[in-house]
Amino acid sequence: MPDVKIDKKLLLKVAQNARLNLSEAEVKEFLPQLKEIIKSFNKLDALGVFSEKPSFQPLPLKNVFREDKKEKCLSQKEALSNTKHKKDGYFLGPKSV
Amino acid sequence: MDATSIADFVKQVVMGKISVVQHTEQVLSEIESTNSEFNHFNLLARDLALQQAKEIDAEIKTGRHKGKLLGVPISVKDCICVKGIESRAGSKILSGYKPTFNATVIKKARSEGAIIVGKTLQDEFGFGTFSTNTGVDFPTPLNPLDKSRSCGGSSGGSAGFTALTEFTHAGLAESTGGSIACPAAFCGVVGFTPTYGRVSRYGLMDYASSLDKIGTMGKTVADASLLLEIISGHDSNDSTSLPEPVTSLDEGKGEAGLKVGIVKELFEKSDEAVRKECEKAVSEMEKLGASVKEVSLPLNSEYGVAAYYLLSMSEASTNLAKFCGMRYGLHGKLEGSFNEYFSKIRSEGFGKEAKRRILLGTFARMSGFRDAYYLRAAKTRTKLINEFKEVFKEVDVLAHPTMPVVAPKFSEIKKLSPMQNYAMDLCTVPASLAGLPHISLNAGAVKKMPVGLMLTADHLQEQKLSSAAFSLEGALK
Repeated sequence: MPDVKIDKKLLLKVAQNARLNLSEAEVKEFLPQLKEIIKSFNKLDALGVFSEKPSFQPLPLKNVFREDKKEKCLSQKEALSNTKHKKDGYFLGPKSV
Repeated sequence: MDATSIADFVKQVVMGKISVVQHTEQVLSEIESTNSEFNHFNLLARDLALQQAKEIDAEIKTGRHKGKLLGVPISVKDCICVKGIESRAGSKILSGYKPTFNATVIKKARSEGAIIVGKTLQDEFGFGTFSTNTGVDFPTPLNPLDKSRSCGGSSGGSAGFTALTEFTHAGLAESTGGSIACPAAFCGVVGFTPTYGRVSRYGLMDYASSLDKIGTMGKTVADASLLLEIISGHDSNDSTSLPEPVTSLDEGKGEAGLKVGIVKELFEKSDEAVRKECEKAVSEMEKLGASVKEVSLPLNSEYGVAAYYLLSMSEASTNLAKFCGMRYGLHGKLEGSFNEYFSKIRSEGFGKEAKRRILLGTFARMSGFRDAYYLRAAKTRTKLINEFKEVFKEVDVLAHPTMPVVAPKFSEIKKLSPMQNYAMDLCTVPASLAGLPHISLNAGAVKKMPVGLMLTADHLQEQKLSSAAFSLEGALK
């Protein structure tokens, strides 16, 4: 594993990528915990896996295609039924520009 | 009323000896009266349950009834979608979300006459071993055998209610790294987790897509097996579901001719009292006709926890990226830019453990770290799966303690760091990483708290597990 310095700067960068705002109290709590956890992951270094193929699934999977025909899907009303943010049959989002 | 097996209950319903409406009313009343004390349910589906019960009573009167679960109350872990019923996966970020469709397992259970009685409490999105990581504003489910102790996690409400209820009942639960087996062991019930892909995940709110399995919780092996058989099978809505035909999970041949491997490292790493109870149970298997030998899983025992957490957190951090307060769930006032609004909602809606896992998973997938952490864990997984495959050339079934301890007290759990917490999963994560079917059944007790024995078989060998567990359960009674 790379020799990573887990500090407040890196933690805030990761949080920004994850779209999380961390309070000062959370930074103080998470930082030593994350250091301990990431350090424990380093134990995988001891196992030689360079030539192994990665397993992204526990069983081999085949690509699956469905038939190219129209199927029933959610109506517009159903798709919008769980949001408070809608207008004229569309989702409303925050300003993009 | 004492709980009878599902099969006997259904017979009585068909003969008209039990009114499904009355029985459902009794179960709902029991949940209402016990829930303020034990917190096993997030939501009681009273109207839906009674509507289903009336339909079944009417079908019986007119002779149109059918189904292996006729009138049987089924609880559903909160992360499984039930149409029109608030389903939150134990998270505030899904507040108010009412799915517009049923998960495939719900469709299958209902087509056999099941009554959906409510949603059971869990660790938020399945992120926990003790059900103490429930979401913001959610209570913690308590162990029915000792309220100062955990039900286990993450399907804590499911196992807790299965142990507590006086009525016939089974639970639909979910496991990513042991979330069915662990609570089953802590509450003294049966938890059956299938091969990855044996049961459709359509309608399951993901934790980690390459690890999640829907399984069952029951008072007995027969109940848990029956429900698992019903929900198993290929589903075109889930591209990872397996096409192989479903085998009958019946009593089978039991231990006769069965080769059992006791996993050396997982026995050694468990508390002595737990180990002894499990050793006694294994000797019962021998008396029933099994041949028992010691086997070793050194790589899984040493590297399983690290590989599991790296992969599951990486997958979780991408799966949870979709929760942003726009299309469903928790909403806020639309203010600021996209990033400002999404970050505000996510920071408010996710609990501490969810944030921790999102941060770690995001870190492990970031440019510069991905190959060193995520990819290395995926390569390690290959070695761990191969280790299992080698062992299954020698034995049919593996046996070891489900958890290294009995259900801990909440005061003990509070003292654990997150990493110490994760390390408690050492017995359940190896089978989970390899997608292997496993069953946990009660093997005995230490100071009145139950001890679970976990049996694991090779892919798609659920029948071997139900058969071995069924006869062992009978011998241990």
